Amino acid sequence: MRQLRKLAIPVLVAAALVPALPAQAADTVKMSVVAFLSGPAAGPFGVPSRNGAEVIIAAINDGKLPAPYNTKGLAGRTIEAEYLDENGGNTKQVAEYRNMVEKRGVDVALGYISSGTCAALTPVAEELKKLTVFAVCGTPRIFEDAKPQYVFRTMSHATSDNVAAALYVKEHFPKITSYTAINQNYAWGQDSWRDFDATMSLITKAKPSEKLQWPKIFQGQYATEISALLLDKAELIHTSLWDGDLESFVFQGDTRGLFKKKKVIFTVAETSVYRLGKRMPDGLIVGARGPYGAIVRDNPSELNKWFIDAYKDRFGQYPSGPAYQYAQAVLAVKVAYDAAAQKAGGFPTQDQVIAALRGATFESFATTVKMNLGGGHQATTENGYGITKWDPKAGELKLEKVKFYPADCVNPPEGENSVEWIKGGMKGAKC
Amino acid sequence: MDTAITILLDGLVFSSYLFIVSVGLTIIFGVMKILNVTHGSFYAWGAYTAAFLIGVAANAGWPDWAGFGIIFFSAIVVGLVLGLILERGILQFMYHRDEVLIVLATFGTFLVLEDVILLVFGVNPYFAFQPMALLGSVQLGGIARDTYGLTLIGLAVVVAAACWLTLKRTRWGKLLSAVIYDREVSVAMGLNVTRVYIVTFTLGAMFGALGGAYIAPTVSVAPGFGIDVIVLSFAVVVIGGMGSVPGAMIGALAVGLVRALAVHKFPQFELFVIYAVMATVLVFRPEGLFAPVKVRKI
Repeated sequence: MRQLRKLAIPVLVAAALVPALPAQAADTVKMSVVAFLSGPAAGPFGVPSRNGAEVIIAAINDGKLPAPYNTKGLAGRTIEAEYLDENGGNTKQVAEYRNMVEKRGVDVALGYISSGTCAALTPVAEELKKLTVFAVCGTPRIFEDAKPQYVFRTMSHATSDNVAAALYVKEHFPKITSYTAINQNYAWGQDSWRDFDATMSLITKAKPSEKLQWPKIFQGQYATEISALLLDKAELIHTSLWDGDLESFVFQGDTRGLFKKKKVIFTVAETSVYRLGKRMPDGLIVGARGPYGAIVRDNPSELNKWFIDAYKDRFGQYPSGPAYQYAQAVLAVKVAYDAAAQKAGGFPTQDQVIAALRGATFESFATTVKMNLGGGHQATTENGYGITKWDPKAGELKLEKVKFYPADCVNPPEGENSVEWIKGGMKGAKC
Repeated sequence: MDTAITILLDGLVFSSYLFIVSVGLTIIFGVMKILNVTHGSFYAWGAYTAAFLIGVAANAGWPDWAGFGIIFFSAIVVGLVLGLILERGILQFMYHRDEVLIVLATFGTFLVLEDVILLVFGVNPYFAFQPMALLGSVQLGGIARDTYGLTLIGLAVVVAAACWLTLKRTRWGKLLSAVIYDREVSVAMGLNVTRVYIVTFTLGAMFGALGGAYIAPTVSVAPGFGIDVIVLSFAVVVIGGMGSVPGAMIGALAVGLVRALAVHKFPQFELFVIYAVMATVLVFRPEGLFAPVKVRKI
């Protein structure tokens, strides 16, 4: 009897608390924001990503975004965000994802920078039937190898980065006759080179070098690779290096005159424009993986000006590409919730939110985002490049000769595989 | 000809780097029989401390050449502080335990120190380019080479000579050799092995920190900086023979030169060659090229 009494007390307390939980949860939308918060990718990618998400989530909760997004919360409910570290590999991320969905009951999983992690999470998101919005990761395979129903990506995939890179080279450096590359030896680097090389072969007569450099990710030291690139007769170097690897390569290459001797096109180096400033040499061809960061700093849209001001007020610096890309993912979720609520006449279910985001078109900071690939789950935007130039008067590194290529020009049409589209002559491209 | 000179120089620069970061690991193993995974932390802490202080010095208006003094100062301070704390705080209580347990203890310490780096220095990378920029570049083998990278060769020669002279020409070196040869007999002969262990571990930590501090001006010093170096150092030490300083030198030269040849001639094999060299050596000499002679006890 005494034991029964002992058991009864916690059971009664638990029973008393249970009705309170749904009431609290009903007021908020729980969102997990996942980015690299430790490891080599944290500084250039993860921290700006989290910061960008923080800025826009705060504004959404306060209803302070510029019109037409100036309603409070997601369909009226406050976003309850948790920020998680993407570092630690795919196995850890899959386990963490299951925890956040099954144990903590999040409503939206958002973020992810690594292509490998996105590929690993997609089947898990489908299994758990949870709305998952990828913000940055680049591999086109997510929506080309499968047709996920619960997964979205709110920026263009990596093919557009490399098609745009080749178009920029052809337009601005038409006399280039040969090119080589240094890319990290894993899916991101290999896919980037494959798309760039295929596009260059299609639209120019330039020939690729036989000796391409494939350093290990996070290698950091490139003395030998830089020697090989300097001895190579190729005039242009393509690279998709990112994180600390990118910045180490810039330091080491600059000291050895690599950037004076060769033209180098960096598909992701916008992330370092604000961070390195004057230490980044003039004349580098730099991409931002779309209309984000330094490449759209002068874009006059009200939303863009608001984002730059809000970010600078909060963090004392300009937002780089990853900050934009995460903020854009959050914005997409707001667009979907608000549209679904309007259609449903009340707070929407997950299926209604997914239906609203599928195939949606919305105005972002400096572009129009169209969810028009992968059955309406994969976004496309224009993609562009610029060339670094130190501005001594402003005391800032700026990008000049910025050129954007339309989304319909640098992305394959719906239903087509990226590689086959390029190799097949980029049919349907509207450049 | 230019390609041959470039491969040789690239190989020597990388070998020098490998030797500096692995010599501490092999000395600690030779004397203490500990495979010290924390070596990666010494490397990372050396790099972070040097990069941070060089940045502070630059902001304070110190001349760029002060960076070289800061590099050696950082290596000594990190080696002394971390080496003493770890040896006296953890390892001294584990010497009589199984070697696997000691490896796990150093691995655990490594993970803790990685997180402490995040707490102390944050997640943003540090740049300390001043010493490298100060020395500029020279034309060798038809291409520009950064002079700072070439100074690594000189530093490795100095470290190798200092190790050789200390081991062969000083009383302290003879004491170390005695402990390496047979710890039990050394104790029986009245040798203060505890003191030898403290000095050896601190010295090994300083070499690890020196490797990180010296490489800091050439890279973006970011979280996770010390992870890869453990694997590379381990490969070098295994090739040369665990516990052998000449072995570390030969191992570093073999790995550095073969890797440079691969990058220039067969770049697709770059990741593979280091471990191919290691596997080949282990097939024919499982104890490594220059492993110290083991005493057979009856």
